[in-house]
Formats: sequence, C-alpha cells, structure tokens
Amino acid sequence: MNYPENLKYTKDHEYVRLEGNKAYVGITFYAQDQLGDVVFVELPELGTEVKQGEVLATVESVKAVSDVYAPVSGTIVEINEELNDSPEIVNNDPYGEGWICAIELSNLSEVDALMGHEEYRKLVEEGGD
Amino acid sequence: MKLAEKLKKTPLYEIHLKNGGRIVDFGGWALPVQFSGIKEEHVGCRTNAAIWDVSNMGEFIIEGVEALDLLQLILVNDLSKLYPGKAIYSPMCYPHGGVVDDLLVLCMEDNKYLLVVNGANIDKDVEWIEPLVRYFYETTFRNISDQVAQIAIQGPKALSILTKLTDYPLEGIKYYHGVQDVPIAGINCLVTRTGYTGEDGFELYCKAEDGPALYEAIVEAGKEDGLVLAGLGARDTLRFEASLSLYGNELDENHTPLEAGLGRFVAFDKGTHFVGETALMEEREKGLRVKLVGLEMLEKGVPRSGYKVFDETGEKEIGYITSGTFAPYLEKYLAMAYVPVEYSQRGTKIRVDIRGKKVLAEVVKMPFYRREVKRK
Repeated sequence: MNYPENLKYTKDHEYVRLEGNKAYVGITFYAQDQLGDVVFVELPELGTEVKQGEVLATVESVKAVSDVYAPVSGTIVEINEELNDSPEIVNNDPYGEGWICAIELSNLSEVDALMGHEEYRKLVEEGGD
Repeated sequence: MKLAEKLKKTPLYEIHLKNGGRIVDFGGWALPVQFSGIKEEHVGCRTNAAIWDVSNMGEFIIEGVEALDLLQLILVNDLSKLYPGKAIYSPMCYPHGGVVDDLLVLCMEDNKYLLVVNGANIDKDVEWIEPLVRYFYETTFRNISDQVAQIAIQGPKALSILTKLTDYPLEGIKYYHGVQDVPIAGINCLVTRTGYTGEDGFELYCKAEDGPALYEAIVEAGKEDGLVLAGLGARDTLRFEASLSLYGNELDENHTPLEAGLGRFVAFDKGTHFVGETALMEEREKGLRVKLVGLEMLEKGVPRSGYKVFDETGEKEIGYITSGTFAPYLEKYLAMAYVPVEYSQRGTKIRVDIRGKKVLAEVVKMPFYRREVKRK
C-alpha cells in the first residue's frame, strides 16, 4: 500500500491533490487494488458543478462498478481524457497519470476537513473492510 | 477473516491463502476471485495455461440396472449415446421447460454414471433427483461432492504441463472423454478432457485429501510454461468470452434450453420421454418468444448482468442482460441478453440502459471467441 503525504483522503477512498485553487481527484492505491483491472472510467462533464459527496465519476473493473464521490464541492475544470482509451492507468499510476478530474474549489475549508495520509492509512490497515 | 468463517471451504483453501488469492463468498464457498488479476489470468489461459480449484462443483454417482433410464428421464440430452469413458453435456429441465441445472455426465462403466453439477445447485439437484431413484430397479444415487477435489487446467499448454506428471498418454483422451485411475504426480485421478474456458484442457477429480498435493504438483510443473493461478473472476470472463452459459445468468427456471441457444442438447428424437419434453416440443412448434443473443457495444460503456435492454429508439424496454463485461482477450465490451426473437437478427441495433444512459449496441454472432483448432 501507498499513502503519499502530500494528498488528502476520504473514507470512500478518493484522494485530492491540491494545486492552488484546484483539486485533482482520483481513487487511492487501495481502491484500485480492491477493484482490480479497471476497464472503463465514466468521466464527469467539464463545467459541471458538483457538491461534496455527489457521484462524480464511475470506475468499472472487469468484475465491479464503483462510484467515485466528489471529495470537495466546485466546478469541473479538467478531465483526464487519457482514461477514455487507457483506463488501466488508474491501476498503474493512481496518484499520478491516473487522476480522474480537477475541481475548482468553491469552499477551501472542505479540503482541511479531509483525512491526512496517516489517518487514511489507519483507516485502510486497521479499520479494513 | 470474519468472511471466511461462515463459508464452506474447499480442500485447497489454505493454499489459496498462501498464494495470495483474494477470497470472496461465492454461493456460500470461500474461493479466490483472483490472484494476479483477472485480465492477466484470462489472457494467461488463452496463451499458455491456467489452473483453477473447482472443488465447489458437485459430484453425484448414479449406478444400477436402470441408471440409464433414470438419466434419460431427467435429462434432455440422449444418454444412450454414452459408453464407458464418454461424457456428454445436458440441461436438466422442469416439466415447464425451465432449467433445474446444467451438468456433465460421464459414463464410468456400464450402468455407472458420474454427474458433475453446479456447486450452487447441489442441494436443489439432490432434492430433484433423489426422490425419483426409488422408481428405478436396483438403482442408487450418491452425492459424493464432499469427498472429491476438482481441479481444472485449461489452455494450449495444459496437455504438455500435465504430460510431465504422468506416463499415461493423455493426448489420446479425446474431447468430452474421460479416463479413470490415471496417476498424475502419483495421485489417482479421474481425468476428463473438458472445460469451461473455450480452450483445450482437462478437469481432474481426486480424493479431497489429495487435492492440495495435486494442485501444488501441477503449479510446480507449469512454472516454466507460464501457467497462471486463476480465480473465479477469470473463470467467468473466459466462459463468457467463449459464450458458454452460466446457471443463474443465462440459465434459470424461467428460460428453456431452446431460448438459451442450447437446442442442440435437447434430443427430441431420443425415443424416450423426458421431463420438459412436452413443453419444449410446444415451444419449438409455436416458435420462440425470446432468445439469447450476443451484443457488442457500439458506444462506450460496460454492459452488466441485469441491465435493461431497449429497442434502437430507446423507447421500448425489450429485455435484459444476463452477463456482460469487458472481454479481456478480444478487448471488446460484450454482453449476452434475452430479447424477443424479432430483435435477435445479427446487426439489429438495440440500446443498453447503463445508469440511465441508453447506450447503443448491436446484435453479434456467438460464440464471441472460438479457438483455432489444429486439423490433422
């Protein structure tokens, strides 16, 4: 398992990488490992407004369908179109090239309320499903 | 592992844990859904070979003077074609033509037959068959499922891997044939040339307590040939890609073998009555209402079991998907679906409701995948 320090995490296994006012969102290493081979990612539409906790995207593996919830509220300003042709990037590099979209934050304090890497590691390793 | 405690375990359970198998609840059995990953295991089977623990499958022995008569009554295929060492596939139907289970029958010797049934249906099948046995002279039924370990080894290298472990000329076992008392790695096995992947391969039956040693010997022998440990995930995607029916998905009590495209296994001409005969004859004469078809997505999306199917306009709901996923070897998004016969022509456009979006698909030929058979 792998929990980069510079990221924020949710209990539903999404991560957020903050760049200025923009939050890059993806699913964690643990989430992609649990899902198995990702074969399809349904990306959100650019310009859509999302509220924290709403379904943002859907990641599908060979066996399973998993919703990705918006970790923060805001506007979708970038989507990772690479995933249309190569959804397996989510498995290969979840924290890097495997990001799903970027949200321009409408409420910065939402980020502060997310989990840090230590707290998330505990959730995965000790609170495991 | 709270999960595994209440589940039934096969004799290979501890080995799967040791090998890093991801254990899931599969119809009450603790079995690995995957080892290295479904895609890798799937492609590994198509290109080299893969090994499965399928000890959850059920095994029955029907034996006695009128064993054949009993089988001819309960199964829709013609068992009179069997001889010692020959196997056959057959659906087992209800009087209304729906399917109780689908199974493999191997004639072990005259008047002695092995039935291999779906693990999830063992109890139901016992309840279905056992009460009938008393009507057949000196005929017995035994459920030996708990005493048997079953291991499947499938793929183009299955034969060469197993050949390393025995002096028996396995290449001489023809498709849908079986031989008893074959020593594999010194373990007494019943070997059948059958499978559920669309590849050449074998299914081995041995005593439950011999299962772990047999499995480990094959894994060791297959290392240099790229043999992969495979789980239920790849078993499902492989059978799906080869368009083989799965009970509970394509087959159930609400659909007949004719609707499921298994008409060639219904022997109307076998000369004896069988359960379901009248209903199936009627259906054949009147014409099918619905039919199982193959679908390929024309727009992006993953079709899944249970999703609704609409006509091309997206207005009219016409059926549902029985199995669907990304087919790892063909690299296509495919599905099987029940639709009214008027929508079953190849090339017919239909729509699959994927989370509210009606995504375009087309009826295509099945099987999706068929291996190239070398001709002599």
